[in-house]
Amino acid sequence: MDRPRGRAFYLLACVFALYVLFLYGPTLTILALSFQGPSGGLTFPMNGVSTHWFAKLWEGVGVVDIWAALRRSLALGLVVMALTVTIAFYAGLAFRKGFRGAGLVFALAVSSLIVPSIVVSLGIGLEFRLLDDGVKALATATGWGFLQDHGTLMGLYSSALGAHLTWTLPFGLLIMFAVFNRFDPAYEEAARDLGATGAQTLRHVVVPILAPALVGVALFGFTLSFDELARTSQAIGGRNTLPLELQGLTTTVTTPEIYALGTTTTAFSALAIGTALGLTLWLQKRRARRALAGLRP
Amino acid sequence: MNVELIGLTKRYGTAIAVDAIDLKVPSGAYCCLLGPSGCGKTTTLRMIGGHERASAGEVVIGPKAVGDAAPSERGTAMMFQSYALFPHLDARDNVAFSLKMRGVGKAERRAEAMAMLDLVQMGHLAGRLPAQLSGGQQQRVALARALLTGPKVLLLDEPLSALDPFLRVRMRVELKRIQTELGLTFIHVTHSQEEAMALSDLVVVMNAGRIEQASDPRTVFERPATAFVARFIGGHNVIRLPGGMIAVRADRMRLGAEAGHAAMPARVVAVEYQGTSVHVGLDADGLERPSEGSAALTAVLSDVDFAARPLRPGDTVTVGWDMAAAHRLDA
Repeated sequence: MDRPRGRAFYLLACVFALYVLFLYGPTLTILALSFQGPSGGLTFPMNGVSTHWFAKLWEGVGVVDIWAALRRSLALGLVVMALTVTIAFYAGLAFRKGFRGAGLVFALAVSSLIVPSIVVSLGIGLEFRLLDDGVKALATATGWGFLQDHGTLMGLYSSALGAHLTWTLPFGLLIMFAVFNRFDPAYEEAARDLGATGAQTLRHVVVPILAPALVGVALFGFTLSFDELARTSQAIGGRNTLPLELQGLTTTVTTPEIYALGTTTTAFSALAIGTALGLTLWLQKRRARRALAGLRP
Repeated sequence: MNVELIGLTKRYGTAIAVDAIDLKVPSGAYCCLLGPSGCGKTTTLRMIGGHERASAGEVVIGPKAVGDAAPSERGTAMMFQSYALFPHLDARDNVAFSLKMRGVGKAERRAEAMAMLDLVQMGHLAGRLPAQLSGGQQQRVALARALLTGPKVLLLDEPLSALDPFLRVRMRVELKRIQTELGLTFIHVTHSQEEAMALSDLVVVMNAGRIEQASDPRTVFERPATAFVARFIGGHNVIRLPGGMIAVRADRMRLGAEAGHAAMPARVVAVEYQGTSVHVGLDADGLERPSEGSAALTAVLSDVDFAARPLRPGDTVTVGWDMAAAHRLDA
């Protein structure tokens, strides 16, 4: 099939080019504008090229402590990542084995993706208000000292964590479904045939074979959490995550500093993903190279 | 060790995969479970190995019934159809896996694994990952891995089906050599009658969850018990006569003047040259075809005989057989 390319090819190529432009155009625009000259504004044209706004960013943005927000977002992202990988992995195992009510549990898990994020967020906020009311009533009724100055149960590792998990877990579960679909049960049977216990089979066979997929779920969980906005908005409590601070800044900051911040956080995500992928590839290559070198180990 | 199956049954809901089979495999025998796909041979093997729970009946290995014992407690080891080599471990660590699970130290288990790899002539590739090995090499590693557990009975699930024909014959020889050398009982599932003939001391022909015949290969070929066995094993014509069914070996069919007393007229529908022999497909009135597209009867002639009296599709010829060559079938 070595025919010349027809009109359809060029048409589809144009559509694809537009798609790529649409996908990366905004990021590239922000990237360019973050290097705006010191006298430049929020829009084109560029008034010279400088790293002025990165320097300004480094000094801090007004009253908001952006670096503390970044640290909070990172910490929350890592916790969400660990929980997502662990829960999705075991849930995937359970669903593969099958259990009574599996269909219902699956529908419930995935419906969290269908319900609008802001509604989930509001619900979580209301839920925690109820819990707080309960705690306050308890404090009044019992007079226990440690309950007297109770503020709220809402916070980064309670309500916000929950909100993020409603978002990352269904995705993690769906990925694990796809992964286990292609996982040959003969590996586990072979392990058991060779005398491995259930726990040994998981540790020495299932997890190592699925490691790349688990890394994928981890990256997914982290990035979904790191830039989550809507679900966090009503469920965050006192201290904001980075995306929430950014949203706040868009209404108060009127300099390209905000673009510099956007570029920095994007670079951060890209670096995290790039490092993980690079490391995986390097490990695979090294293993293959060592084996092929014919080392009689 | 000898293996005995007593009323072994596997049901999936209402469907019966294995229907109360009884079988005795003597210690040190090479036994082939032979049958078409879906006949229950793999399920039987998996029940012996403890990878499938029997719905009823017993598996006895050596002196004791194994019941629901775990695979590794039965004295069996299984070689899986896809080999199931762990892709993240090199050949040596794959072979050493069972020792690692038992907590044997690194140096000791690696030394043992190397010795076993040498037995299957894979020592020089011990550091390769499964993906870097050919099908035949992967199979040797899988064999070494199974043997390292010190099994008394080795279970092989279609071990040769993934190999190309040339390699298949070579590995066949290899399997037989290792089985003889180690004096183990091998139970080997296959759908290839050629493989079963070449390897086994005991051929177990299965169909629809039942054993049709369990015997040495020569008996199975010379005296097939049922029409199914005669057809499945190949090389036979199954002929329905007023008095019942008979099987006549295709190479004992007689054409033309030699057709003898049972001769009937037939039409030549196919001629296949096979080198040392020629297969002639024949249709005759009153004889049904065993399946769509194949002739009712097949006569195998030596190439010399055929060359002396060549036939072409469309020719008419009388066909018959020696009474002595006709074997009466049970059903």
